[in-house]
Amino acid sequence: MNPHDVVISGIGLVSSLGEGPDAHWQKLVQPRLEPVLEASRFSPYTVHPLPEIDWNLQIAKRGDQRQMETWQRLGTYAAGLALDDAGIKGNDELCATMDMVVAAGGGERDEAVDAAILAASESRNDRDVLLNEKLTTELRPTLFLAQLSNLLAGNISIVHKVTGSSRTFMGEEGAGVAAVETATARIRSGQSTHILVGGAFQTEHSDMLLGYELAGYLHRGAWRPVWQRQGAEGGGVVTGSGGAFLVLEQREHAERRGRKIYAELGPVLSGRARRRRGELDGEIAALLKQAALPDGELLAISGASGAHAATAAEKSALEANPAIAARGFSTLTGHLKEAQFPFAVALAALAVDRKAAYPVFDATVEKPFAGVPKTVLATAIGYHQFEGMALIKAA
Amino acid sequence: MANLNDHMGRPIVAVTGIGVVTSLGVGKADNWAALTSGKSGIHPITRFPVDHLNTRISGMVDFLPSSSKGASLLTYELAETAAQEAMSEAGLDAGDFGGPLFLASPPVELDWSERFSLYNSDTHDTGAERLLRVARGLRELDIFETTQFGSIADRLADRFGTRGLPITLSTACASGATAIQLGVEAIRRGECDRALSIGADGSATAEALIRFSLLSALSTHNDIPEKASKPFSKDRDGFVLAEGSGALVLESLEAALARGATVLGILRGCGEKADDFHRTRSKPDGSPAIAAVRAALADAGLSEDGIDYVNAHGTSTPENDKMEHLSLSTVFGERISSMPVSSNKSMIGHTLSAAGAVEAAFSLMTMRESVIPPTINYDNPDPAIVLDVVPNAKRNAEVGTVLSNSFGFGGQNTCLVMAREPV
Repeated sequence: MNPHDVVISGIGLVSSLGEGPDAHWQKLVQPRLEPVLEASRFSPYTVHPLPEIDWNLQIAKRGDQRQMETWQRLGTYAAGLALDDAGIKGNDELCATMDMVVAAGGGERDEAVDAAILAASESRNDRDVLLNEKLTTELRPTLFLAQLSNLLAGNISIVHKVTGSSRTFMGEEGAGVAAVETATARIRSGQSTHILVGGAFQTEHSDMLLGYELAGYLHRGAWRPVWQRQGAEGGGVVTGSGGAFLVLEQREHAERRGRKIYAELGPVLSGRARRRRGELDGEIAALLKQAALPDGELLAISGASGAHAATAAEKSALEANPAIAARGFSTLTGHLKEAQFPFAVALAALAVDRKAAYPVFDATVEKPFAGVPKTVLATAIGYHQFEGMALIKAA
Repeated sequence: MANLNDHMGRPIVAVTGIGVVTSLGVGKADNWAALTSGKSGIHPITRFPVDHLNTRISGMVDFLPSSSKGASLLTYELAETAAQEAMSEAGLDAGDFGGPLFLASPPVELDWSERFSLYNSDTHDTGAERLLRVARGLRELDIFETTQFGSIADRLADRFGTRGLPITLSTACASGATAIQLGVEAIRRGECDRALSIGADGSATAEALIRFSLLSALSTHNDIPEKASKPFSKDRDGFVLAEGSGALVLESLEAALARGATVLGILRGCGEKADDFHRTRSKPDGSPAIAAVRAALADAGLSEDGIDYVNAHGTSTPENDKMEHLSLSTVFGERISSMPVSSNKSMIGHTLSAAGAVEAAFSLMTMRESVIPPTINYDNPDPAIVLDVVPNAKRNAEVGTVLSNSFGFGGQNTCLVMAREPV
């Protein structure tokens, strides 16, 4: 133990399963839990929708809520849950000195305006003029900021008063990996004492589905668990709406505040395989090696997306080590994109804290884990690019 | 033997390569010649029709092969061009950089030209349903790549052989400064000997222009484009949307000296502070910007007396210039009225995600060349803003230290302190 260890002292989670670490734990330890699915709204795609959320609980001012589209609201809400959980919310001094790294997407466009422009484009050759004509008159002025990437962090500053520093990373799962990795490095080096880190993804918007489907990544047809989509129609990804924020804290700082510590964050590793050159298998193996996995049975919280190539590579790498018992949580939450890695780390920390493993999420592929998980592996192998892993240890 | 560590015992971070592209041209030589002769790069928009638009001028980069190919490809080319110049100045193998990449770039969205062509390649269904159906029939990844936030950095990582997972970031108009800050921090933590920090923005599309217009952020002085950006003037009426890129090769001073590299300057300190007041406006007392400047000074180990020149954020919006003056005069006191403070944006406009990196590049050149670029279009001073803005003509001056400010929407405030020499 070192006073500069990085510990997890707050967790904020939202997914189709509910909100908060307790609700997630209670759901996820139920054997044969059924996922919450929405198969008709975006047919032929299935998504895991947002649960019922009372936004007022974390975003008190209606005026603030109106300045955000759903993705920003969701992230701001999940961040508030994490701050509450860590006993930081409402503490002006701790918020004003708290750093923040948000893994962000963005781009919730006005679907009605876009559809009207596209429809009009069928009978117009001067499409650039059409665009000016429609956008200048029909875009809501506030929409720009309400969907802008760095304004999730901006809203967290405004609503929760986190103002030590504010950085937004972009780039799908890799943004979440880099956010956790950078935050961890800053605490270890003594640059920061407490950092809010995480992300959110709101999939119930056609542009969010389009972002995957332009490369054919989405699974179509009947839903299947994340490990069982090879060979099915489509590209294997089933998305979900959700968010995950963590309060990472220097051990000494958390202990001085007398806070509950869920777990210690061990090594956080990231990589960029040049996948077109076939480097993914080697990269995953290299990350596993760098992680210096402990001896004995190991629980792994896998962020596998379902994307055929990446998921097959991860599955075979994990299966190559007989000590690893993997849990593909996307089976139950859907793929949460930028939030995927923070979500994996949060679920790993919960298992360490509760001294129990999750039951299998997919009985045909995953194997049981009977012991007490003292160290848990969290992974996020990007559906298209970038890879990350972390070891989460008993505090 | 030079001191290799700073006042806090951290490795000193040197700059060994600089690259820049703006509407004034490609590369340091052309940009510096134009900038020091008070030339403006702001011109009428020709990339798309300007019917129905209130603002019809910009500082777009219209002379690159990708200038008409959409935001993603142009942003990549801007980043690559600046990085190539920086790498070559640093004397490094451009295919095997061997350090991490930090890229400040605009958030990406599917371009309208692609939306139109996808939509009109089919006739079944309408709206998003049609787009999704066409999308899943595509057999190549070119369009997909333009919608992935990490793709530009991924391509740059391939091109330059940077190490590990590249970080793509956005802190709005402070992004370029944040990219540099991340590189500085990585070197100080000992994670690497060198880092490549790039800010690039080629996203001046019609929709981007309209979005900023709807926020009343842009100048509408269309008639004489080169006069539209007038930071600190009484009749300033908004910023001018622009494109550009800046790239720095950062190295620990120790590694730079060990390989015999020329040290172009020192990245001495970085400071930041978020504002919780409003999405586009600053806290009326200016306290977050003040805190960011002070944090940068403290990080650099300098007092208020230690800064010779301020490279201002100076956007030419009524709000920014007023608040920037308030913060500078609070930090520097009476001395501010005699300190040179100039805005590159008077000539190149606001290059958004690139601005912090472009202006860091110009700050370093200011020290190396002993010439301060002017604030042009300063014909009608704002009486409420008493600053030595280096009005209208360059000034020869020994400059040993520079403060470069970047303030952005969403309460982002990042300041960099650069020095000509190691301590």
